[in-house]
Parts: sequence; structure tokens; C-alpha cells
Amino acid sequence: MRTILKLGLAGACLAGAAVATAHAGNVAPMDVKFTDDGVTQSLTGAAGDVAKGRAVFSNRKLGNCLACHVNAEQKEHSFHGEVGPPLDGVADRYSEAELRAIVINSKKALTDETIMPGFYSLDLGVRVNKKFTEKTILTAEQVEDVVAYLTTLKE
Amino acid sequence: MNSTTFKWAGLLTAASVFAAGAAIAEPDNNTLVIEGQEMVTDVAAPEGSPLSRVYSGWRFRSPETQAFEMDDFENPAFPAVELGEALWNTVEGEAGKSCATCHEDASETMKGVRASMPKWNEKRGKPHTLETQINACRTDNMKAEAWKWEAPNMLAMTAYVGLQSRGMPVNVQTDGPMQSWTDKGKELYYTRVGQLDMSCANCHEDNYGKMIRADHLSQGQINGFPTYRLKWGGLGSIHRRFSGCMKNIRATPYKRGSDEFIALELYLASRGAGLSVETPAVRN
Repeated sequence: MRTILKLGLAGACLAGAAVATAHAGNVAPMDVKFTDDGVTQSLTGAAGDVAKGRAVFSNRKLGNCLACHVNAEQKEHSFHGEVGPPLDGVADRYSEAELRAIVINSKKALTDETIMPGFYSLDLGVRVNKKFTEKTILTAEQVEDVVAYLTTLKE
Repeated sequence: MNSTTFKWAGLLTAASVFAAGAAIAEPDNNTLVIEGQEMVTDVAAPEGSPLSRVYSGWRFRSPETQAFEMDDFENPAFPAVELGEALWNTVEGEAGKSCATCHEDASETMKGVRASMPKWNEKRGKPHTLETQINACRTDNMKAEAWKWEAPNMLAMTAYVGLQSRGMPVNVQTDGPMQSWTDKGKELYYTRVGQLDMSCANCHEDNYGKMIRADHLSQGQINGFPTYRLKWGGLGSIHRRFSGCMKNIRATPYKRGSDEFIALELYLASRGAGLSVETPAVRN
């Protein structure tokens, strides 16, 4: 998984414009359309994989979502963070398109004051470490996988 | 950035609560007494601070970690302090001097030094940190070689000198020639960095008291440096800690001793004015 991610990103960062074409058919970070309903289109054109999304969610090098969010569905992991709101039942509160928008770029979806990183955004902080320059935290596929997983979190 | 075009912008209110200024401060209520001396770990924030209370990082640590700092025999930094004392009395360099040659008894002459660093230095034209002041003494007066920022001898000496101020309130100059440095430090504090796009304030001002995974977020106060971190298995400088934070956010850290880190150190010291110097503190 990590290797595929690295290869994908290596291709994607050759040039700004290359990001859009690295994965044929994927929406590039700068081309994501935020609407009144959130981001309605899948970044990959396909539905995400719930099981993969569940793994990306807890992976400290990928989503690392448990750093800030409580999620009772993953209680096999200890120490859930409390910086952000608990995600139990999050699918009852947000639509799929809204969840996608928040994961992609919470500063556009919620408020630009939020601490939450944009996981598919190139609008980053200053002095980005060379390893991560012009790279999104998650790939389009991983975003869709996480969104698919989040839509299962109902109470 | 346009952020309010969504019909679900009504959720903004709730989101903003998590985003800014609504930290639920949850330091514990324990009292830090070291060798019979009570430390100030909770004090009214200085004028102009965005915080209402200022808390030492000690108040956010587990009772087990806290206990290490309460007894100098348990404090794992003390072998380094002893090394610092030995170095204080060691003649080095072409001038044939030790620290003690000029400064004699550190417990008298170094009292209060840590509490007021960084301090403006006219000759240098910029603030001295404790590290740069020690090296200036070594190169200019002792004619000895400078120590590296994070060298064991430097950490031992900053710990030993810092200990002489233990219990004294942090009190740095922020006006006059220090004004522009304080302003620069403040700007850095609020600048989002790295791929994770976070500023110091996102965690240590907006969210202190909350858990970030297994870690209890503190205010990021620097009154206990150099600090023995259990994670490091040794002492580390303030600038090492800054560097670690920036790496976590996937940013390229500034260099130890850089003007940026000196400015940030100054600004952070000013945010923690009134806290007791706890050098050498123990953290996780």
C-alpha cells in the first residue's frame, strides 16, 4: 500500500499540471468542485472500499484520524484523541458529499480556522518538508475509501 | 478563502468551537514542590496574552512523570547537572580560565540568568540565548572552542546554569530592542507550516488540555528547559523541541540557533511570564 502510494505521488509531483494526469480520470486537488451540497462527485469516479478506508482511517502515516477523533467503531485501538468532534454517528449528521468535502479540505468545507488538515489539498502551510512538497496527504483513492467508511458510521 | 458557500454552513458554529479559542483547559490540580520549594505552575496570563491562565507543562503530565521532577534524586537530568558543575570548574582554552575563574560561585552569580533569557546583547546586535551566551564566554573570554547547540556538554552547562534560577519567575524583556524579535516570534507562532498546515497556536493555544491520541496537549511552555524527555532518554534544548514539533507537522524545521528559533523562544518565554523556572524539568 505504501509503495503504491509513493509511486503514485512521485509521478504526481513531476509538475503541478501532472497531478491531474497521474491517475487518469482522478480529479486533481485544484480541480475539486465544492458546491452547496459539498463535493458531490467521487474523486475517482468510483465508490470507495469500506475496508480499505477503515485501515487508512487509523493508519498513523495516512489518515491518522484517531489522533483527533473518537471513533467507537475502532475501539480495538486505544487512545482516541479529542481535538475534533467524535465521529460516532457522523453519517447521520453529514451526507456523503459533505463528508467528502470535509476530508478533502475542511478549511473550505467548515472554516478556515480549523486545525484539521486538508487531506486532498495543495493549499498547505509554509516550509513543507521536501518529502511532501506538492503532495496531498491522501490519494484520491484513499479519500474515497475513507469517505465510504465514514458513511457506515451510523448510530 | 471562501468557506461559507455551503448550505450546511449552519454547522460552522459548532465547527468553530473546535477550531478556535474555546479550549477546555484541563490541567490537573497537583502542586509541584521540589526539594521543599513550591513552584508556580499556574499563574494569571501576562497583559495582552490570549490566554487567561498560564500553566506549566508539568500540570499536563501523568503522576508518574510528574514524580520524577519532584525529587532531585529521581530526576534523571541530575547526572548531567553534575557534569555541568564539573565543567564549570574546568579550565579550558588558551586563556587558562574556567567559568568559575570569572563567575566564581554559580549559585550566587548565575541566579536569575535562565529566567531572563533570551536577553538583548548590544555587542551581538541580537538576543543571546543561554547557549549563545555560554559560547560567547567560551570563545571570547576563555579562548576555548564553542560547543555545538545540542552537545552533551552544552546541555549539561545550560542545565547547571538554569538550575540556579529554579523557582524564579520567567521574566524576559520584550520592549526596546527586543520588540521586533518578540513580534517576529509571535508571527512564527501563528504561521501554519508543513503539509499538515498547522501553527503552534492550533494545538497549544486552541486545544491545550485535550488529548491528541495518547498525548495530553500542553500550552507548550518552555520554563523547564533544557528538559529531560523520557522519549529522548536525555536532555534536549528548546530548539530541539521546536524542531520535533515542526517535523511532526511535516515541515522543514529552522536550524537550532537560527534567528527564527531565537525569536520564537523569546515570544514563548514572554507567554509564560510568571511561571517558575523548572530547569531541568522532566517530561514524557
